[in-house]
Amino acid sequence: MEVGIILLVTGIFLGYLLRNHSRILRIGSKLTDGAIFLLLFFLGVTVGMNEKIISNFQNIGLQSLVITLFATIGSMAVTFVFYKFFFDKQ
Amino acid sequence: MKNTVIILFFFVAGLLFGIYAFLPEEMSGDKMTRYVLYLLLFLVGVGVGSNKNTLKLLKSVNLKIFLIPLTVIIGTFLGTTFYSLLDSSLNLRECWAVGAGFGYYSLSSVLIKEIAGGSLGVIALLSNIIREILTLLLTPVIVRIFGRYGPISAGGATSMDTTLPIITKYIGTEYVALSVFSGLVLTLLVPFIVPLILG
Repeated sequence: MEVGIILLVTGIFLGYLLRNHSRILRIGSKLTDGAIFLLLFFLGVTVGMNEKIISNFQNIGLQSLVITLFATIGSMAVTFVFYKFFFDKQ
Repeated sequence: MKNTVIILFFFVAGLLFGIYAFLPEEMSGDKMTRYVLYLLLFLVGVGVGSNKNTLKLLKSVNLKIFLIPLTVIIGTFLGTTFYSLLDSSLNLRECWAVGAGFGYYSLSSVLIKEIAGGSLGVIALLSNIIREILTLLLTPVIVRIFGRYGPISAGGATSMDTTLPIITKYIGTEYVALSVFSGLVLTLLVPFIVPLILG
């Protein structure tokens, strides 16, 4: 992940230098969309190639889905309450 | 909405490709995913650097910026604690460990597989992938119910890279720094928290 962080920081500097070149930035945002689509495709490939996951998909899938719903809703609820009561009352 | 459908299409296409294309083991998506992730991180950086509000936001938030990852941790542990009461096949520590991936599926699933075995590792992988997918697909809905910080919270560790573009698209690019910071803190904590829970 160090490489990723370095690329992120490099991008920040480059973005800062290019901050007034809206045409280049628009291409960058299109590329970002493309990269997300590709990422989801590869994510699908990774899951699809894992026989353990595919053959157990019903049991493990349901368990994973429900635990994730609890974790994610718990997260959002606590974040929401914190910011609602401690910060947004100005 | 259009992007959501396209994203789902690509995921399902990849899934079918992975199942039916009989790819050799080393062609597994992991490596390719990393390269695309690198490209994405770079592009996200460009987005951050070119946003004229980023610096302003960083200066104005101070304490606030640390509270997002903190509330994500508290909320995730609360939620998975409730879940463990309903599912007798997983104990509390196992549920916490799965949640403590915060969406960082590649690392957390490997860590959990090493410590607690393959079956929990697969649950961690799927669960954290689902956390990322839910954030990617539902961000527009989440913003309406839980407000602007909701998608950052839902994204967990992924709010710094894979879910960052969709998050900032719906809550505004001035929140990029907050989103990256929260994701960064959670990403860095995963390799510490997961072994701590299962140890």
